[in-house]
Amino acid sequence: MAETHINTISGKPLESQEYLINMGPQHPSTHGVLRLLLTLDGEIIHKVEPHLGYIHRSIEKMCEKDSYTQIVHLTDRMDYLSSHMNNEAVSLAVEQGLELEMPERVKVIRTIISELTRLSSHQLWWGVFGMDLGAITTFLYGFRDREMIIDIFEETCGARLTMNYNVPGGLMFDIHPNFQKRTKAFVAHFKQKLPEYDQLLTGNVIFELRTKGVGILSKEDAISYGVTGPSGRASGFSNDVRKHNPYSAYSQVEFKEALSEEGDSYARYKVRIQEMWESLSIIEQLIDNIPEGDYKAKTKAVIKLPKGEYYQKVETARGEFGVYIISEGGKSPYRLKFRSPGFSNLSALDHMAKGAKIGDLVVIMSTLDLVIPDIDR
Amino acid sequence: MKAIIKYISSIFKALKSLFRGMAVTGHYISHPKEIITQQYPENRETLKMFDMFRGEVVLTHNERNEHRCTGCSACEVACPNGSIEIISKRIEMPDGKKKKVIDKFVYHLSMCTFCNLCILSCPTDAIKMSQDFEHAVFDRSQLTKVLNKTGSKLMEGVR
Repeated sequence: MAETHINTISGKPLESQEYLINMGPQHPSTHGVLRLLLTLDGEIIHKVEPHLGYIHRSIEKMCEKDSYTQIVHLTDRMDYLSSHMNNEAVSLAVEQGLELEMPERVKVIRTIISELTRLSSHQLWWGVFGMDLGAITTFLYGFRDREMIIDIFEETCGARLTMNYNVPGGLMFDIHPNFQKRTKAFVAHFKQKLPEYDQLLTGNVIFELRTKGVGILSKEDAISYGVTGPSGRASGFSNDVRKHNPYSAYSQVEFKEALSEEGDSYARYKVRIQEMWESLSIIEQLIDNIPEGDYKAKTKAVIKLPKGEYYQKVETARGEFGVYIISEGGKSPYRLKFRSPGFSNLSALDHMAKGAKIGDLVVIMSTLDLVIPDIDR
Repeated sequence: MKAIIKYISSIFKALKSLFRGMAVTGHYISHPKEIITQQYPENRETLKMFDMFRGEVVLTHNERNEHRCTGCSACEVACPNGSIEIISKRIEMPDGKKKKVIDKFVYHLSMCTFCNLCILSCPTDAIKMSQDFEHAVFDRSQLTKVLNKTGSKLMEGVR
């Protein structure tokens, strides 16, 4: 509650009260059109209310009229930084309904490209996180390394961001002959450049003071709010779908789930840096062993799912992404629901930001790695 | 006394951490060859997109102004957002039979999401994606294009 202050001239008590302020929907640090209604006492945050709907495109409703191959490209436009994993979730859900077993080649390629997408997403996040804290340098370094991955996608998938490369039944094209060479060159390059990230930001005194102990989320709260992905793992909540419910080729590779106990912004930062190392090691394990074979399983021209309910979850760069399809047996779903990681992560923001300052709110939001089209589909 | 030493050492640690980051920046100032910035649009002549890059849909014509589109509308059906409209007409063949051919292949670039489903659905490989990515125009109506050239006709032997 607001405290009463004394007017120094008249000696009478001054009444102060909470006030409301809008952050966004065009605030640059919100990474999109997120409107936060802040209840403040001075600079102390009492309440954060996210107001959604500024970028709602009714994707779930649109899916009800589209065929299963057409749905995939809409998921690109939700979490555009992990578009490949979103595509994969829909493809896997449809394949689950068709009871299709993918060729090994498809599984391995999907896994490699998923990990490359995760890397590119974390690189962008790292660059933008630095920028949110006032360091423009990091943005340029993050984008420098990301550009190499984007080139790989452009050559193999045909697009830089909205790839639409996974289709129900396999991949859209076979990989480009340069794919392996380029990926290996990137891994070698990035292994040298990742320590630079630490050198620039991790040990920096300003950075540490602004992130350590800011926006603490306990393990219990992470579970009850459903905070998944690196943000949840930083609180010690082991929730990696790749580890617990392996899909594609994740059961063939060895990797550690990056976990931390502190649950503050610094821990979330460390977990993501650790994940980048793990992704690099997963790519290294698979890139030389892409099996020969078909890049596509045989499917009918018009895919019709048998009547029933199908759920498939994957691990995107932000957390657990789920696709829930209810089919009536037709060529488009009766109802389709996406469980987007950003939405659940955003719900914990109010809890985390209570008592923090406005400057800290920017840090907390940035470490949650929110992508607004993912929250508001 | 201990607190003072701790305070002073923390200042030096902080300064050291700042210079550690500055060393990276300094490295790139002294190594201009490692800078990868491209000067667009100055490098327009040399900038080449990858062959797979999806720029926009084009209807391929050969040197005799013939295309391969039979007007089967498979791409129109495959398109998730209605960016393709095929307006066909019936013409009379020399042998008296009537045949369906395309009148206009209308492509709304403003609605296209570059998902590539039309290209995959085409049974005669009539359309493909070009690598042109500079789509900016001054008026929205310019984004609605008719892809078949005037006077073009169906290639011999394509059905």
